[in-house]
Amino acid sequence: MMESRRSALRAFVVKEMRHIMRDRQTLTILLLLPMVMVVLFGFALRDDINQVRVAVVDPAPDYATTALRSRFAGNPRFEIVGTARTIDGVESLFRRGGADLALVFSPGFARSLGDGTPARLLLIGDASNPNTGSAMTAYATAVIASYEAELGAVGRRVRIVPELRMRFNPTLESVNLFVPGLIALVLTLVTALMTAISLSREKERGTLEILLVSPLRPWQIILGKVVPYLLLAVANVVTALLAAWIVFHVPFRGSLTLLLVSSILYSLVGLSLGVLVAAVTSSQRAAMLAAVVGTMLPSTLLSGLIFPIASLPGWLRIVTFVVPARWFIVIARGIMLEGVGVRYLWRELAVLTVMLVVLLVAAVRRFKPRLA
Amino acid sequence: MKVRTLRFLLRKEFLQILRDRTILGMLIFMPLIQLLVLANAVTFEVRSASMYVIDRDHSSASRDVVTRLTGSGRFVPAGSSATTREADDAMLERRADMILVIPANFERDLVRDRHAPVQLIFNAENGAAAGVMTSYANAILASSANEFGARINPTPVARLSSDGSLVPVPGHPSIDLQRRGWYNVELDYRQYMVPGILVVLVTIVGTLLTAMNIVREKEAGTLDQLNVTPIDRSTFIAAKLIPLWTFAMADLIMGLIVARFVFGVPMLGSLTLIFFAATIYMIGALGIGLWISTVAETQQQAMFVTFSLLMIYLLMSGLFTPIRAMPTWAQWTTQINPIAHFVALMRSVLLKGATMRDVAQHLLALTGISAAVLGIAVRKYQKRSG
Repeated sequence: MMESRRSALRAFVVKEMRHIMRDRQTLTILLLLPMVMVVLFGFALRDDINQVRVAVVDPAPDYATTALRSRFAGNPRFEIVGTARTIDGVESLFRRGGADLALVFSPGFARSLGDGTPARLLLIGDASNPNTGSAMTAYATAVIASYEAELGAVGRRVRIVPELRMRFNPTLESVNLFVPGLIALVLTLVTALMTAISLSREKERGTLEILLVSPLRPWQIILGKVVPYLLLAVANVVTALLAAWIVFHVPFRGSLTLLLVSSILYSLVGLSLGVLVAAVTSSQRAAMLAAVVGTMLPSTLLSGLIFPIASLPGWLRIVTFVVPARWFIVIARGIMLEGVGVRYLWRELAVLTVMLVVLLVAAVRRFKPRLA
Repeated sequence: MKVRTLRFLLRKEFLQILRDRTILGMLIFMPLIQLLVLANAVTFEVRSASMYVIDRDHSSASRDVVTRLTGSGRFVPAGSSATTREADDAMLERRADMILVIPANFERDLVRDRHAPVQLIFNAENGAAAGVMTSYANAILASSANEFGARINPTPVARLSSDGSLVPVPGHPSIDLQRRGWYNVELDYRQYMVPGILVVLVTIVGTLLTAMNIVREKEAGTLDQLNVTPIDRSTFIAAKLIPLWTFAMADLIMGLIVARFVFGVPMLGSLTLIFFAATIYMIGALGIGLWISTVAETQQQAMFVTFSLLMIYLLMSGLFTPIRAMPTWAQWTTQINPIAHFVALMRSVLLKGATMRDVAQHLLALTGISAAVLGIAVRKYQKRSG
């Protein structure tokens, strides 16, 4: 009896694998998506604008305004997109998105510098995006300050010289930060979302009822559904890591075994979530909605994947504690970038284990072998 | 296209959507939750870092540096010790984002050589945050040094004038730099993100529901039944798209109301212009959904293709990171990305009060993309069983 059940389970797993393999379209996306995302995150997602477009308003050009303007023109970070005598055109230039900064001189700039009265200078930044707006204003301020310092006989000032050490990511590459998080996202997609939909699809079509009257036990049905996706998840981790390593030389400092074990742990959490979602919803669309709102969105937004958790308002920061991806990302970053082991990651691993137990119990309980 | 047939079909579609609780949830609650969570979650803003201190000097100057850094609120004390080992542990356990090392003889060097080093060790995994915190630290260290310099060697750079204000001593050339940030004076990041997030919401609703709606009929077999009726292709497509277009626009209106009254987004430009652009944009977004429905066989596939596509389109749209920070090839791809154009248009019109002429380029691009997508989708849509 036991023997036949086991072979039935094996046959069931094989059947599920065939289901996945037959859907070429989904499979292709599943295998390609991690690589595409690594490339996109690595190349395209940067916050640092290297080409700041400056509009200059200079009502009365003199040697000082010309000197300062040529500072900007000569700085590779800046590009002067226009020079005008009056401020009138600046607003429409900003509205069209044609300039990021406007440098507005006041008349008699050189004269003021000469007689020691402050020379007035207005710096207008397009702050509709506050982050880039402040950064660009700060770059320009630095240029102006260095000009001012050279003008004045700045004496032997006292200086504290900061020596910077950027640990774990000396070149400040954003891709290094994103890749571990990306693994979490892809795993969530493959495990939670796909399982939820695939199970609820069988529910909707009535094929689940056929399975339920088969000699397979409920946990075996769940296991059969889950194992193929688990294999797919591991394959995804490996492809994402390879893409990151080959294209961007993202470091891998820790233990690969530990990362794979943690990935499997995290995948199991995702799979239990998927089963739970399928168990409590009644249609594919409801399952999908619940899976997207309940797993994908939090894993992207409330996990520290793109946006740092420290930047969230307090109430949202508390919500992140129940997001499994938040803990997994800490583990993945710790292993990949810091090269630390269980000694520093046991807390996160323990949290994931507790989540797994709770979700698994809930999922198996709710997944009743019953006709609807 | 028969108007009478279309009317009946539209009635059927509206009934089907309004009857389905799940769909209604997707139309009303998902956008609202997304808007509220996204607007708060989507920020790169770094306010503070936890700082671990190794002070090997124990002088008044070194204590002053530490007090200034923590006093700014940017650097939250996370402990201090005499050894590197404990600091290292703190960083690896993520209790400290940075370590400040003040070497021995710090004060003596400042007095004697007029410069002295300190070491700032960042956990630079988040490179952007480390960069921001570095600039804060630099500014605070510079002001600390200035103050120290003034204390040990006061030189007048300004004198008190008769009305009590500080006037620089003549002969020192100085620039009085005033800085203004236009369009978002309070530097509220949410005001910048909310118009973009609205685009995401209507896009997900429009594209996903269109794709799912048709594929669902495929799966259920009712599409075959419709195909054998004398309803022609354009009537069928119009009947499918018009209700979803209506709901997407309703979502946009709902979102704009929340944006105005919850997040205080200014809305300087013309709302008519927004709706005009949204109409064009939604045709394209629904067209993509229609296109997906022609290639997908199951709802699972439809959803998966939609999500993968939207995710790539969104990441490359300039919604989260500025387009001009991307490499040149990526900047070119944004030209054919409808989300990029609509996000830029929404931001310009709502935040900067841009007029039709200011955003003409985006409107033209949207029109072209929508026409192309809808054309291809309708062409690909065959009235036969797959």
